[in-house]
Amino acid sequence: MNWRIVKQSLVFLLSFAILTGLVYPALITGIAQVVFPWQSNGSPVKTAGGETIGLQNIGQSFTGPAYFWSRPSSTEGSPYNAGASGGSNWSALNPKLKEAASQHLMDLEDGNGSISLSVPMDMLTSSASGLDPHISPAAALIQVSRVARARGLTEEQVRNLVYSHIENRDFYLLGEPRVNVLQLNLALDALK
Amino acid sequence: MTFIGWQQILLYFILVILLVKPVGIYLARVFSGEKNLLSPVIRPVEAFFYRLADVSVENEMDWKEYGKSVLVFNIAGIIFLYVILRIQHLLPVSLGVPEPLSPDLAFNTAVSFVTNTNWQSYSGESTLGIFSQTIGLTVQNFLSAATGMAVLLAFIRGFTRRQTSLLGNFWVDLTRSVLYVLLPLSIVLSLCLVGLGSVQTLQPSILFTTLENHATQSIPAGPVASQIAIKHLGTNGGGYYNANAAHPFENPSPMSNLLLMLAETVIPFSLTYIFGRLIGDTRQGWAILIVMLILLLPFTGLAYASESAGNPILQHLAAPTSSTPAAPAGNMEGKEVRFGVATSSLFTTLTTSTSSGAVISLHDSYTPLGGMAALVLMELGEVAPGGIGSGLYGMLVFVLVAVFIAGLMVGRTPEYLGKKIEPFEMKMAALLILIMPLLVLSLTALAVSTQAGLSGITNPGPHGFSQVLYAFSSMGNNNGSAFAGISANSPFYNLAGAFIMFASRFWLILPTLALAGSLAEKKKVPVGAGTLPTTSPLFIIWLVLIVLVVGALNFLPALAIGPIIEHIMMAGM
Repeated sequence: MNWRIVKQSLVFLLSFAILTGLVYPALITGIAQVVFPWQSNGSPVKTAGGETIGLQNIGQSFTGPAYFWSRPSSTEGSPYNAGASGGSNWSALNPKLKEAASQHLMDLEDGNGSISLSVPMDMLTSSASGLDPHISPAAALIQVSRVARARGLTEEQVRNLVYSHIENRDFYLLGEPRVNVLQLNLALDALK
Repeated sequence: MTFIGWQQILLYFILVILLVKPVGIYLARVFSGEKNLLSPVIRPVEAFFYRLADVSVENEMDWKEYGKSVLVFNIAGIIFLYVILRIQHLLPVSLGVPEPLSPDLAFNTAVSFVTNTNWQSYSGESTLGIFSQTIGLTVQNFLSAATGMAVLLAFIRGFTRRQTSLLGNFWVDLTRSVLYVLLPLSIVLSLCLVGLGSVQTLQPSILFTTLENHATQSIPAGPVASQIAIKHLGTNGGGYYNANAAHPFENPSPMSNLLLMLAETVIPFSLTYIFGRLIGDTRQGWAILIVMLILLLPFTGLAYASESAGNPILQHLAAPTSSTPAAPAGNMEGKEVRFGVATSSLFTTLTTSTSSGAVISLHDSYTPLGGMAALVLMELGEVAPGGIGSGLYGMLVFVLVAVFIAGLMVGRTPEYLGKKIEPFEMKMAALLILIMPLLVLSLTALAVSTQAGLSGITNPGPHGFSQVLYAFSSMGNNNGSAFAGISANSPFYNLAGAFIMFASRFWLILPTLALAGSLAEKKKVPVGAGTLPTTSPLFIIWLVLIVLVVGALNFLPALAIGPIIEHIMMAGM
């Protein structure tokens, strides 16, 4: 046994552990907390009273008729369980996938009356994180009449609100157009 | 498929190709010990590390000493990480962590992170404390990537040197990889990620009250961005959260996603340029880069085509079949709205063609052919472009095989870059190519014929077999992604997994170094009329075919009873 190699291994292991495991994360935390204090603490959305009612990038569950619904979520325990991110991991031919999608479709139809627009895929399927903060613009538009009825607003008012909350692709190219459900619902509350 | 989807894919490829040369030049300067942009700041730190460990830069190693250093250093890393995971409940800043990992899970995780696999049998946010995530995992994210880069450098020296047994100094290569390459890039990337919405705090969790139900929710937090940066730059892939890079705190937007994709591929692609530069003929590096792209692009296309075609079972229900700007179509199960089908498919093929294994969508929920694209890219040995270092030394072994077979066919002495390829080199190359399929297929067979293995399966039909095949293909290539429905946190999968991850990492590194040692001893043969040109289009196509035939044929029967049957079943629905 070559003890010199063992000793060198330990010295390098410990010095790199201090540098990359301690100094590096501490340095980044220090800079981030000063330069990006809002983002580095989870991008909290606060009420006028200072209460945190959500995190901008973390989806929440909405089930009542007066709010726009988020996508289905397969997190452990309950949907949108922020403590246990994850998805269904059902394969394409898994019967549970079809059952769940049919159920989501029925829920949407019950809630919305007859859906004149066809339902976009994102409302029938659960996301990878289970915490998807977004729905597609089409998924928001099919919920307009329900929300308008529940709140006593005109469909046009609600539809305009949806349009003003559509986020474009990053640089008009990356990713997909989307609507942040929490922000849309907060704007609804502000409306009435 | 949409035009804009293809534009997203094209944009990524253009950007990464543009980065190859500048990054490659910088890396080549670093590893030749030349002065570079960062040396005024970093050289003193580097010198301090050498003094501390009593290393002298001039003191080079032969392949055996190099290999011993790699092994001892990495085994020490496994023990260090194992101990942390076993006593994590006693360590500081581990608030809310109730218990240590079980021995088999801790062992699997320790081997997984040291071998650059980052297979995770656990759910990150609920199992690990901040101490385990930083001093435990983040450290190995750096060191496993640096080890891969060091071994590649030793291998390249086998070609550049003549009549010597010396291949460089492992400690010097390791230290330079971390200090000049991985650490500075990680600092820049992690700050970009925080700016885009990733979290970076010492609080173990963030509390909020939901809008509709006024329920209090607690979301695990911590120094996330700093770990995600090196997780991608080091082709590691082990997430802070269970949902990995699909989690909005790891990867908040399409822009952050583009950065992560570039981060996990730019070093593996750029290493081809360093290779060309160090051997003094950059065309050789570009030729290999082209081979990598030819291997990768069709699988990206296959995944994208299959995912946009979607799942006919769901499409019969209600949804539109064509994607409009407002409504995503295709297979959205296990995908995030902000990324969509095109970006998710691209990411999936990048993560399985490198040794990253990070995911932004659930591979288990992919269409059969989309999932098969990911499987095949791993089973080719992850050489297009592969993990940091390991990808290129894997590809160079295929080059030697290609040169050898071509030489036999035309009756010329096979040689590559002036080095004669002789029986010893071919023995090592054969060993290197055969170990992986042998281990993957035999462990898959073992798993599907024992109760311990079968009990991990969670999806019905042929997909259940694919889950097991994927698990061992992933661990056997140090990838780390999964058909994640598989419940792999059992002693069988943890121990079999630890074995195959360790074997496929170090059992490959040692013959690779032996090969380098043998090449370095040889004289350089001058280029003659009998030399096979290794930059011609003909050779490029030849090498692509060799990788496909040698790499993929081993797995064709297994693929036939997994994803291929599943695809036929789905087409019949």
